[in-house]
Amino acid sequence: MKQTFYERIGEAVCRETLPNGLRINIVPKRDYAKSYAFFATRYGGMDTRFCLNGKWLDTPAGIAHYLEHKMFDTKEGNALQELAKNGAEPNAFTSNAITGYYFDSTTHFEENLEILLSFVSVPYFTEESVAKEQGIIGQEIRMIEDNPDWQIYTRMMKALYAASTARTSIAGTVESISHITAETLYDCHKAFYTPSNMVLTVVGNVDPVHVVDIARRVLPREGGPAIPRDYGTEPAQVAEKETKLAMEVSCPQFLTGFKCTPAEDGEGYMRQSLIGDMACDILLGDSSPLYLRLYDQGLINTSFGGAYEMMPGVAYLYAGGDSKDARAVTAEIQKEAKRLVEEGIDEDFYQRVRRASFGSNLRGLNSFENIAVSLSEGYFHGYDPFRFPQVFDTITKDDITAFLRENLTADRAVLSEIVPK
Amino acid sequence: MSSRMESAKGVEHVEVTRTQLAEGVNLTYLPARKFKTSLLSAQFVTPLRPETVSGNALLPAILRRGTVSCPDLGALSARLDNLYGARIDYTVRKKGENQCVGFVASFIDDSFTPGREKLLEPVAELLGELVCDPVTQHGRFVPAYFESEKTNLIDAIRSIVNDKRDYADSRLLQEMCAGEPYGISRLGSEKQAERLQPQKLYAQYGQLIATSQLELFYSGSASMERVERALRSAFSTLPRENIREIALAADHPKPTEPKMVEEEMDVTQGKLGMGFTCGSDDTAALLMGNTLFGGSSNSKLFLNVREKLSLCYFASSVYHRQKGIITVSSGIEFENYQKAYDEIMRQLEAVQKGELEDWELESARSVLLNAYASMGDSQGKLENFYIGQAATGQEETPELLARQVREVSLQRILDAMATVSLDTVYFLKGKEAQA
Repeated sequence: MKQTFYERIGEAVCRETLPNGLRINIVPKRDYAKSYAFFATRYGGMDTRFCLNGKWLDTPAGIAHYLEHKMFDTKEGNALQELAKNGAEPNAFTSNAITGYYFDSTTHFEENLEILLSFVSVPYFTEESVAKEQGIIGQEIRMIEDNPDWQIYTRMMKALYAASTARTSIAGTVESISHITAETLYDCHKAFYTPSNMVLTVVGNVDPVHVVDIARRVLPREGGPAIPRDYGTEPAQVAEKETKLAMEVSCPQFLTGFKCTPAEDGEGYMRQSLIGDMACDILLGDSSPLYLRLYDQGLINTSFGGAYEMMPGVAYLYAGGDSKDARAVTAEIQKEAKRLVEEGIDEDFYQRVRRASFGSNLRGLNSFENIAVSLSEGYFHGYDPFRFPQVFDTITKDDITAFLRENLTADRAVLSEIVPK
Repeated sequence: MSSRMESAKGVEHVEVTRTQLAEGVNLTYLPARKFKTSLLSAQFVTPLRPETVSGNALLPAILRRGTVSCPDLGALSARLDNLYGARIDYTVRKKGENQCVGFVASFIDDSFTPGREKLLEPVAELLGELVCDPVTQHGRFVPAYFESEKTNLIDAIRSIVNDKRDYADSRLLQEMCAGEPYGISRLGSEKQAERLQPQKLYAQYGQLIATSQLELFYSGSASMERVERALRSAFSTLPRENIREIALAADHPKPTEPKMVEEEMDVTQGKLGMGFTCGSDDTAALLMGNTLFGGSSNSKLFLNVREKLSLCYFASSVYHRQKGIITVSSGIEFENYQKAYDEIMRQLEAVQKGELEDWELESARSVLLNAYASMGDSQGKLENFYIGQAATGQEETPELLARQVREVSLQRILDAMATVSLDTVYFLKGKEAQA
């Protein structure tokens, strides 16, 4: 087992790769009552088309999420209940590129870890149990369809992307999930839930040797083949410039998105992510000149914010919130990006944002979930997230302006709006 | 059981101290070295009243716009950025029948600032300025700040409807506790917010900071002496006179027959909320009873209403410890209203009759114990817990609550749950044309 110390952030990570290909990360935290385990597969809402045993399979939208729900079923009953009996709080999520299962607990950690590894690696579905889940997930889909934040984001993604499966809603639709059968679920599990496609991250007051032993004992001996995936061939231009929906909401909301150039895996991926975050702060963060001006003019309120996101083959910067005049705000964002590119970024302001950005990355290390998710994503994309202070040191003002020049242009922008009925 | 020993192993023993710094000013101090950040909170506690609720909610938002030394958001942001992205957020919370308004500051711990700069003192100073030294014009708040934050407040009140689950939960409480302070929502109503005027609000501000109890909270690596010194200096100009007592929540009157409320909206999923009164004050027994009923993923509601009958994506219950009521929240298809209603009542009855397996009891107990044991791992949870305790005149620590939960017997749970009865049903459904 290899242990790495990170002095600038006061952390350490023990890493081990098992013969079956499973990566294990352990972050010791002595003074905490709880321990946290996160078991993730590189498989999410966008992995709908892939090649298994030489055959290309097209699976229904929402299947990774459906599988996540069904994984809790075991031959003996339900793993959720098994874990909750020990006071653990288990849960799971499906993102575009990852499905993760986790729990935290203050007692019986090793026993709980065994349960987690076992139910995620051993599928157990029947046609009946699969059919029953349609009701629960159908209700979940209806619930999110009533949610304006979800609608506005999903519609923005569909406007940004014409072909990439990044535009697929993670939960699918009531219609798409009706095509899911026990057989397709078994296929997907077989393809993606192999130790070599997964990573286990544990944060807390644990014995690293025990963690590795448990994983070795519980999980299959063999890894699996790499699974080719097809995310679609995405053109450079956006799919549609504008989209609008009327809903039962109190005031108009908007999101504007910019289709950015995706990054290659490796440390450059993290560097790109830090540059994108900082560019976002400098352009429209809550201490930026633009934010302050728009806030004073009453064009935005505290709901306004932005972020830079990356997933396989895809990167985008987006911003929005409530506004009575979405068009004016989006025009101002594009104008400000142009101004920053032409006039350069004020040095004092840049130094401030750097400091604040360092603080906010450090703050993220208070959260076990955040640590576990970022170490897992880092592993899947070939970088070490705990090296952020070092990577930060290499970023200059020119990187930020270059990013803005390339990505924040009118032809890469889309606008998604929700207006009151 | 080995659980007690296990949870104590290697964990920092944390001693909480609550001291009075001045008349009506208390500091809750929790030393901690394990976090990357320190947290400092300043909260005014004041009884929930229809006539002051919206004004009090508006005040911290206006104060957050500027101080005498940093008169606008730009200057404030620059100061915070230079403190390594320290955050000072304003908060408006309801705790029992009191309203807590103020600021929560979070900043990176001294041991991680690149130049070992100390951040506690400058952050405390800014916090003090935000409370005591707002930028003013002609003896009142800057008109532009007042107007734009008033608009934001009204928007925020209106936007509660955007999340139908939150909306249904808050409508249930409004209906169930109509006429009681507990039925008032933390921001007040749109009407109350619209009536706010600059001059009156400035007077209300003077009242609030002079006469209400101020609760300070710190979690981080600094010594208590250092924290006290920083806060005494930061709040040295805080006026103090005729400090008002905090309100202790009154018991909810027992209903004669359940109140039924229906509302229509253009939605695809219905929301069924049910409110229950509890005639017992055995807190630990009700905490357990509620967890068994709908408080965890092993509860009767989760296992039956969701998993077994697939009636909904969520069905859960909350025990409002500070008011002594239980509320149930669920999302269902419109036509399943009666089915879901019957099933929820049937599950309550099952708990009341003691139709409980040993594992259900053990699981409910460990869910609660886990929550109390891990509270010390999150500064945000600690702050929220201790401010809630202080604001409602309660003194139990999480450790004490955990001990009570550990000791409560099945008989006590059944006795307490026997006093739980249906009070109000709220149903949010789709428009007729759709159904």
